[in-house]
Amino acid sequence: MSTKISPDLTANCAGIVTPNPFWLASAPPTNSGDQIMRAFDAGWGGAVWKTLGQPIQNVSSRFGGLHYRGTRGIGFNNIELITDRPLETNLREIAEVKRRYPKHGVIVSLMVETREEWKDLIKRSIDAGADGLELNFGCPHGMCERGMGSAVGQEPRLNETITAWAAEYSTVPVLVKLTPNVDDIVPHGIAAKRGGADGVSLINTIKSIIGVNIDRMVPEPRVASRSTNGGYCGPAVKPIALHMVGALAREESFGLPISGIGGISNWRDAVEFILLGASSVQVCTEVMLRGYRVVEDMIEGLTEYMREHGFERLDQMIGRAVPGFSEWGDLDLNYETVAKIDPVSCIGCQACVVACHDGAHQCIHPPKEGRVPVVDESECVGCNLCQIVCPVPGCITMAEVDNGFEPATWNEFCAGEATLRPKKGVHE
Amino acid sequence: MPKLPATRSEAVFADAKPAYTPVQALTEANRCLYCADAPCVQACPTAINIPEFIRKIATGNLRGSARTIFDANIFGMSCARVCPVEVLCVGKCVYNEMDVPPIQIGKLQRYATDAAYADGERFAEAGPDTGKKVALLGGGPASLAAAHELRRQGHACTIFEQGDRLGGLSSSGVAPYKMKADRALEEVEWVLGIGGVELRCGVRVGVDVTVDQLLADFDAVFIGVGLGPDRLFHLDGAELAGIRGAVDWIAEMKTAKVPCEGIQRAIVIGGGNTAVDAVRELLGLGIPEVTMAYRGGEDEMSGYEHEWAAAKVAGARAAFRVQPIAYEGEEGAVRAVRMLRLDAARRPLPGTEHSMPAELVLLAIGQSRLGELFAGVQGVTLDHGKVVVDHDGATQHPKIFAGGDCANGGKEVVNAVAEGKRAAQAIDRLLRGGKAS
Ligand SMILES: Cc1cc2nc3c(=O)[nH]c(=O)nc-3n(C[C@H](O)[C@H](O)[C@H](O)COP(=O)(O)OP(=O)(O)OC[C@H]3O[C@@H](n4cnc5c(N)ncnc54)[C@H](O)[C@@H]3O)c2cc1C
Ligand SMILES: Cc1cc2nc3c(=O)[nH]c(=O)nc-3n(C[C@H](O)[C@H](O)[C@H](O)COP(=O)(O)O)c2cc1C
Ligand code: SF4
Repeated sequence: MSTKISPDLTANCAGIVTPNPFWLASAPPTNSGDQIMRAFDAGWGGAVWKTLGQPIQNVSSRFGGLHYRGTRGIGFNNIELITDRPLETNLREIAEVKRRYPKHGVIVSLMVETREEWKDLIKRSIDAGADGLELNFGCPHGMCERGMGSAVGQEPRLNETITAWAAEYSTVPVLVKLTPNVDDIVPHGIAAKRGGADGVSLINTIKSIIGVNIDRMVPEPRVASRSTNGGYCGPAVKPIALHMVGALAREESFGLPISGIGGISNWRDAVEFILLGASSVQVCTEVMLRGYRVVEDMIEGLTEYMREHGFERLDQMIGRAVPGFSEWGDLDLNYETVAKIDPVSCIGCQACVVACHDGAHQCIHPPKEGRVPVVDESECVGCNLCQIVCPVPGCITMAEVDNGFEPATWNEFCAGEATLRPKKGVHE
Repeated sequence: MPKLPATRSEAVFADAKPAYTPVQALTEANRCLYCADAPCVQACPTAINIPEFIRKIATGNLRGSARTIFDANIFGMSCARVCPVEVLCVGKCVYNEMDVPPIQIGKLQRYATDAAYADGERFAEAGPDTGKKVALLGGGPASLAAAHELRRQGHACTIFEQGDRLGGLSSSGVAPYKMKADRALEEVEWVLGIGGVELRCGVRVGVDVTVDQLLADFDAVFIGVGLGPDRLFHLDGAELAGIRGAVDWIAEMKTAKVPCEGIQRAIVIGGGNTAVDAVRELLGLGIPEVTMAYRGGEDEMSGYEHEWAAAKVAGARAAFRVQPIAYEGEEGAVRAVRMLRLDAARRPLPGTEHSMPAELVLLAIGQSRLGELFAGVQGVTLDHGKVVVDHDGATQHPKIFAGGDCANGGKEVVNAVAEGKRAAQAIDRLLRGGKAS
C-alpha cells in the first residue's frame, strides 16, 4: 500500500518556478509556440525555447542515430543550428504561450555575438514574457565555427564576460548552458558564477561523429558528399552528464542551482540527476524520439518514488547522492565483496565465465558437473563484471565479506595511518 | 455471496496463458514500439492506453501502469485473462505487419493488474454524494462497470441480481483455463470496494420487482441483464438425462461439481465460442472422446480460430455439416444423437441419417434473449430481443439505459464494461441536469 503523502513536485531552479521539474531542453521540441503549448498540455512543467539569435539556414540531413543490438537510438547526434524562424515570430509566440500558460516556465535560450545584440535580445525576450534566460554557450557544431556556442563555453573568460552582460541587462534569472566539450567542467561553472549567473544548465551535446557510411565512405549524417562533426546526446551520454552535474554540485566554491540535461529518458534518470544535485531536468532526445507524452510516466514515476522514500518536496531530495560522490583516494580499500551465483536461477549460459576469464581475474570456472559456474572466492576481486553480463536479474549478487580489516583509504595509507588487506586476483 | 466449494470441477484447470515472471514481463515490455495513435488501442473497446501502460512496466512504474489500465477499464484484471486478444489488441499490433511476433498485451496487462491486486491497491475513489440514485438490473460486468463509474461521480447505486452471486458470466461462464470463478468474484469485491453500491441479490426483475416500480424509486435505471438460458432443440428424446444447455453446464462446472463418471463420449452441438470452450473443458475434465457437431463447415464456425486450434491440439474431434434430428436413450439417459448430414447450403442430404454415440450432449446453439422482460416498458424498444440503444446506451425512455450482452446481442466482457461505463457517463450527464446524449 502506498503511504498517504502526496508529494509536491513544484520545482524552483535558480528562481524559475515550475509546476514540476520536467522541462523541455532547447531543441526541435521547443521550436514553436504551438508545440510548447501541446507539451504543457501533456504535463511538461517548463520549456527552454529553441535558441534565438540571428536566424540561420540549416542543411538537409541533420540527425544521426546510434543503434545497438536491435535497440534504436541509444545515442543521437545532430548538426542543426539555432532557430531558423524569424525573431519576431518567436517573440510573438513566446508572449502568447506565457499569456495562455502563466504558471508554466518559459525559458528563452539565446545566442548572439556582440554586447549590443545581447542587450537587445535580452530585453525583447523579457518583454515577451520570459521567466528566465538560458545562454547557449554549448552548441559544438556550426555555431562554434562562427565564434559562438561552445567557442564561448570553452573559454572561461569569454563565458564570464558575456554572462556578466546578461546579468547586467536581465531582470529575470539567467542560466548558463555549459558545453561538455571541456576537460574539467568546474572552471566553466565557476566562470559563469563569476559573471553573475543565477544557475547553470548542462550538458549540451558532445562533439561526435555518429558513424561512417562504409559503402559511400562518408561520415554520417551525410549532406551530399560530406558530413561534419555533430552534437551527441540521448541515453548514451547520461553517464557523462551525470558526472558533470555531480562535479559541479559537490564543488563547494560553486553552489549555484543546476538544471540537469543529458540522456534523460524516464523518471529513473530524472531521479538520478536530482539526487546528484539538479533542481530541474531537461529532456530533448527522448521527446524527439517518442513525443511529449513520455512526461506522464516521468511525473507519475517521480511522484511514486518520492512517496516511497518519504519525500514531501523536491528540495528534500536534491543532491542527496552528492555526499557519496567522492575522490578515488577516499574510497575504502578494505571494503571487500565477492560474487555469489544463485544456482536456482542460473540458466547456465556461462557468460560470466568467459567475461571473468578474458575480461577480469580468472576466478569463475565452469563446474565439473552441470552448468552452474563456480566462483573462486579466494581470488574474486569483487569487480562486478560477472553481475553486469549476467542476463538473469538477481542471479549474481555481490556479497560483502567481513575480512576483519578496518576501513582504510589510499589517502590514509599514504599518510601512514592504515593497514591494507592483501590483494586478490593477482595470480603471482 | 456464498463461498465457492474447493472441490468444484473447474479447480483442475491450469492457466492456458501462465503469468509472466518479472524478467519475462520486462523483456516483452521493452519490445513494445510505443506506437502513437496505436492500432492496439483502437482495437480495445475500452481504449486502454496500451503503449503507455507497457512503457510504465518497462520503467518500473508498475503502480502507474495499473492506474493507466484501470482508469480506462475497471475490469482490466479479468480482461487481461479473458479477452480474445488475438482478434483485438494483439491482433492489431504493428509487429504483425512485419511478421514479428506481436506484443503479448494481455499477459503484460495481467502482470500489472495482478501486482495492483496483490498490493491491495485501489485507484478510484467515490465522488462526493450527489443525492441521486440509480438502479442497475443484473449483476454482471456491464452493471458493475456502470455502477463503478456512477460511484466515481457520486451517485448512489443499487444492483438487482436474480442469482446469489455477482459477476454474471464472468464468474459463471468464462473458461477456467482463462480465469476461475474465485478470481472473478475477487474482482467483483475489488470493484465494489469503491463503496456505496447496495446489493439486492435473489431479486428477479420482472417478477419480484417491476421496471415501473424502479422508475418510481430511482432517478435512472441501467439494464444489464445479459442473455437468457441456453436455447434447446425440441426433438424426440429431449427429456433424456445427459442433455443440457452448454452455458448451464459450464456454470455448474465452474461453481460446483459436474458428474463425469461413466462418460466416455460427449457431443457438443454448435460452432461458436461457447461450443469450443465446452469441448476444451470436457477434454480437460478427462472425457476421452469429445466431438463438436456443427451444421456448417470449419471455415463457417463463429468460434475464434485460435480457440478452435487450441481445442484441436487438446484432442477435439469434429463433425461438420450435421444436424441432430433426435436423441436416443436407454433407461432415461441419452446414449446417442441421431444426425443428418447437410450440404454446403445446409440442406439435409437424404439417406444420411446416422447415430453418434454419446453419454453427454451439450447444446451450444445460442442463448435466448431477455428482451421480453422489458416489452411492456414505454420507450424501450427491442430488435430481435436486444434492447435498442444509441452509442451512449440510451433507450428511447429518458431514464432508461442499457448495455452489455442484453443490448449488443452477446459479445465479450470488455464490450459489456465499455458499454456500462459509457452509459454511466451518459446517466451522470442526465443526473447533473445536462442532456443524456
Ligand atoms: C460460455 C461463455 C464463455 C465466455 N467466455 C468469454 C471469454 O472468455 N471472454 C470474454 O470476454 N467474454 C466471454 N463470454 C462473454 C461474457 O461473459 C459476456 O459478454 C459478459 O459477461 C456480458 O456481461 P453482462 O453484464 O452484459 O451480462 P452477464 O454477464 O450475463 O450478467 C447478467 C446478469 O444479470 C442477471 N439477470 C438476468 N436477468 C435478470 C433479472 N430478470 N433480474 C435480475 N438479474 C437478472 C444474471 O443472473 C447475470 O448475473 C463468455 C460467455 C459465455 C456464455
Ligand atoms: C536536434 C537538436 C537540436 C538542438 N538544438 C539546441 C539548441 O538550439 N540550443 C541548445 O541549447 N541546445 C540544443 N540541443 C541540445 C539539447 O538541448 C540537449 O542539451 C542535448 O540534446 C542533451 O539532452 P538529451 O540527451 O536529452 O537529448 C539540441 C539537440 C538536438 C538533438
Ligand atoms: S521527420 Fe519529418 S521533417 Fe524529418 S525527414 Fe521525416 S518527414 Fe521530413
